[in-house]
Amino acid sequence: MNQRLEVKLWLAHRLTGMALGLFVTIHLITMIIVIQGGISASEIMERTSSNALIPLFYGLFVIASAVHGSIGLRTVAQEVLKWKGKSLDILVVGFFLLLCCMGMAAIRGLMS
Amino acid sequence: MNRNRDTSAYWASFVQRWSGVVLALFLPAHFYVLSLSLQGAEVLEEFLHWTDMPVVKFAEAGLVVLLAVHLLGGARILTIEFFRWAKWHSNLILLAGGGALTCGLLFLLRAI
Repeated sequence: MNQRLEVKLWLAHRLTGMALGLFVTIHLITMIIVIQGGISASEIMERTSSNALIPLFYGLFVIASAVHGSIGLRTVAQEVLKWKGKSLDILVVGFFLLLCCMGMAAIRGLMS
Repeated sequence: MNRNRDTSAYWASFVQRWSGVVLALFLPAHFYVLSLSLQGAEVLEEFLHWTDMPVVKFAEAGLVVLLAVHLLGGARILTIEFFRWAKWHSNLILLAGGGALTCGLLFLLRAI
């Protein structure tokens, strides 16, 4: 196992965790405030396109979630399934790219 | 070492790990739903009508609890790792559990 890579991944997991602490807090508070008896597509799209900083916020949110989630799943696969090596790393990179692409598509959809 | 503390630390770690796995695997579905608006607002609207069912609202509240518990549990880990506040350990676990349930309940009360 490459120790330097493991340290970098641990640090990336912690740093994205700190960023997500802020993003998730804002997301949770917003959800609880706006949900009021259900929400419509037009309400979501109106809200997300109201401010130029919102796509930036959600862009950073998507990237931080993709990094944090992928590294977290890799750790669980190593510890629980005892799965290690290149095959796991390739799958995790694939999952990271999938999350980034799907997340950016979601933002593009909500801004359109 | 205190046996109760060991047990609570075990369960805190268990919940942190598996809430993270569920949330990471939920992300592609979440992004997919939001990107439905790329096919037109009415496509997303149709899906959001489906989410008005009470059983879906309860499932959403469950996801809110998982998100909040992972957030607060993550904050607990960072606090212990970076500030060495290990003596607050049990209180932080209680705070994470209580805070997460409160978030889920608040969401449910607003959503229904």
